[in-house]
Amino acid sequence: MQRPKRKNPVLRTRLPTLPPAARSRVALGLTAAAALGRFELQQCRDCGTVQYPPREACQKCLSVVLDWKAQPTEGELLAQTVLHHSNDLFFRERLPWRLGLVKLACGPTVVSHLHEEIKNPPMKVRIRAMLDRAGQAVIAALPDKENCDMADDRQLREFTCDPKHRKVLVTDGKTALGQALIKELVSAKTEIVWVGYAEPWKKFAGFDELEKIPQVTLMPLDVTDSKNVRELAAEIAGKVDIVVNNAEVHRSFGIGNRQGVETARAEMDVNYFGLLRLAQEFGPAMRSRGADGSSSAVAWVNLLSIYALANFPPHGTFSASKAAAHSLAQCLRAEMRPAGVRVVNVFPGPIDDEWNQLLPPPKVAPAALAEAIVGALREGIEDVYPGDVAQEWLARWRDNPKALERELSA
Amino acid sequence: MTALTQFIDAFSTGKIRVVDLTLTLSPEFPGISLPPEMGQAWPFRIEEVSRYDERGPAWYWNNFSCGEHTGTHFDAPVHWISGKDLPNNATDSIPPERFIGPAYVIDCSKEAAKDPDFLLTKDFILKWEKKHGRIAPHSWVLMRTDWSKRHDPVEYQNYDEEGQHTPGPDVEAVKFLVAERDVLGFGTESIGTDAGQAYHLRPPYPCHYYMHGAGRYGLQCLTNLDQLPPTGAVVIAAPLKIRNGSGSPLRVLALLHE
Repeated sequence: MQRPKRKNPVLRTRLPTLPPAARSRVALGLTAAAALGRFELQQCRDCGTVQYPPREACQKCLSVVLDWKAQPTEGELLAQTVLHHSNDLFFRERLPWRLGLVKLACGPTVVSHLHEEIKNPPMKVRIRAMLDRAGQAVIAALPDKENCDMADDRQLREFTCDPKHRKVLVTDGKTALGQALIKELVSAKTEIVWVGYAEPWKKFAGFDELEKIPQVTLMPLDVTDSKNVRELAAEIAGKVDIVVNNAEVHRSFGIGNRQGVETARAEMDVNYFGLLRLAQEFGPAMRSRGADGSSSAVAWVNLLSIYALANFPPHGTFSASKAAAHSLAQCLRAEMRPAGVRVVNVFPGPIDDEWNQLLPPPKVAPAALAEAIVGALREGIEDVYPGDVAQEWLARWRDNPKALERELSA
Repeated sequence: MTALTQFIDAFSTGKIRVVDLTLTLSPEFPGISLPPEMGQAWPFRIEEVSRYDERGPAWYWNNFSCGEHTGTHFDAPVHWISGKDLPNNATDSIPPERFIGPAYVIDCSKEAAKDPDFLLTKDFILKWEKKHGRIAPHSWVLMRTDWSKRHDPVEYQNYDEEGQHTPGPDVEAVKFLVAERDVLGFGTESIGTDAGQAYHLRPPYPCHYYMHGAGRYGLQCLTNLDQLPPTGAVVIAAPLKIRNGSGSPLRVLALLHE
């Protein structure tokens, strides 16, 4: 894809539209897996049949004992067609649109959106469940190879939030994670990275290096200061395509080992109210640009924590602030979805930084976390559990939240 | 004619002028920095309650929050461990007559411009007294450095790898002002009454240690000291009446006779 032409600022910005969003409760199983970047289909526990589309009962034996299970992604394109007409407002604006029928190795035949490299049937393909702009899972057929380019594919770019040619705000450039994110975004061909830094009178390690990156513009930003957030939004919110809110305060205290509420309040002020301030000031402008051409506003990333799911008592007040932020991020997700702007929540295990100094490895390295975040934008994933620790805790939490609560408090 | 009617007369005819020594409270103004693992003072923050809108149709008002030591502020003796057991050591218990006093303004602006770590010494004060007269008891001594003219917070805070570099008094100067001049307190334009590198003095932060240990006060983040004469001004500096408060932001006014 060529770098999009600069937008003529006097032209109307079209209003965002969404692809069909209605799904039955059962069908949301596909969405739940796709949100994590997984492909799962219903499989009958009695006869083993894999079925699609999702239903209440097994299409073969009528058993109601159906499990959502990861399925192989191999398939074969049986037929393709090009849509030149649609009464659906979303697709109407994006015609022509290519669709195909893919026979999956696990059984069912599915309707898929086609990557431009998928040409005439028969052809081996790899399928992916992806979230569309409405936040619902759809199936895309990709070439059967590693590292398929979705950033430059006209159709698949509608399902991802690729930072290529986009303008990004990273809210905290002072941390190792912030700086790793900036490097990762720049190498993903981001057009502009605005980088916030609080308390500008304290020069931070890495400042000079950041200043040398041509795509980077450093902006004083303290998410506890409403006026500062408002003024920054007034300056850039109409151009920001992706917000990466990585500003956080993290102290390692529970209830009993820190007097008073001031440390906990500082965590809440940045981790929870900071998100609220940013969302109030940047949200409206981003919502108005959900359909602003091929480099529209697309994503809002929140750095949460695996402790948002279950409190880790040695870092108890931090956990509580991240749980609050997680809840607010769900509200933000609901409010951004009508514009097609995806809210991506990131739940890392302990990051290898200052405030996890006394936690033993494994800890997620800032560079690996940055890679996972940018990877999630590219792949269209909504809930990111980067690294082995987060994946393992996620599995334990999904299996039995009470057990994880006990284990974390041991 | 009483002294007060004379005062009002002089005031209304412009013979007495008011100089505001206070910086505007704003969220951008830097706060005192401590290591991040320590407890932190709140910076000044302001949130709108309503502005003639659906939250309050005919009125505009804000909630603000800040620490006791924010912006132009007053330090009470109880702020420091050396003053913790003194009587009348907090913002609510200091006798109100202590909030008004003459001001002696020592101009160190040339020295501070040359050396951000400039320390005001006893010798410097004695030389100043030779020119301007002896500092009277129960007076404010204000150290003019023109530091408040550094409008960029980076320059105002003046950090490098070894921390902050701002001017202040040395140990002997503070001891001299307390013991031999019986001052009301000491005021500066920078963010502390002590120098930026005062942690390395013995004792650390001597102005806090000796002033507050002797029941004296501090004023910091003052401005417009360049508009005051070396002697003759009267300073009004009344902190908020916070129960057992260690300090407070306040409006500091100087009265000048033209």
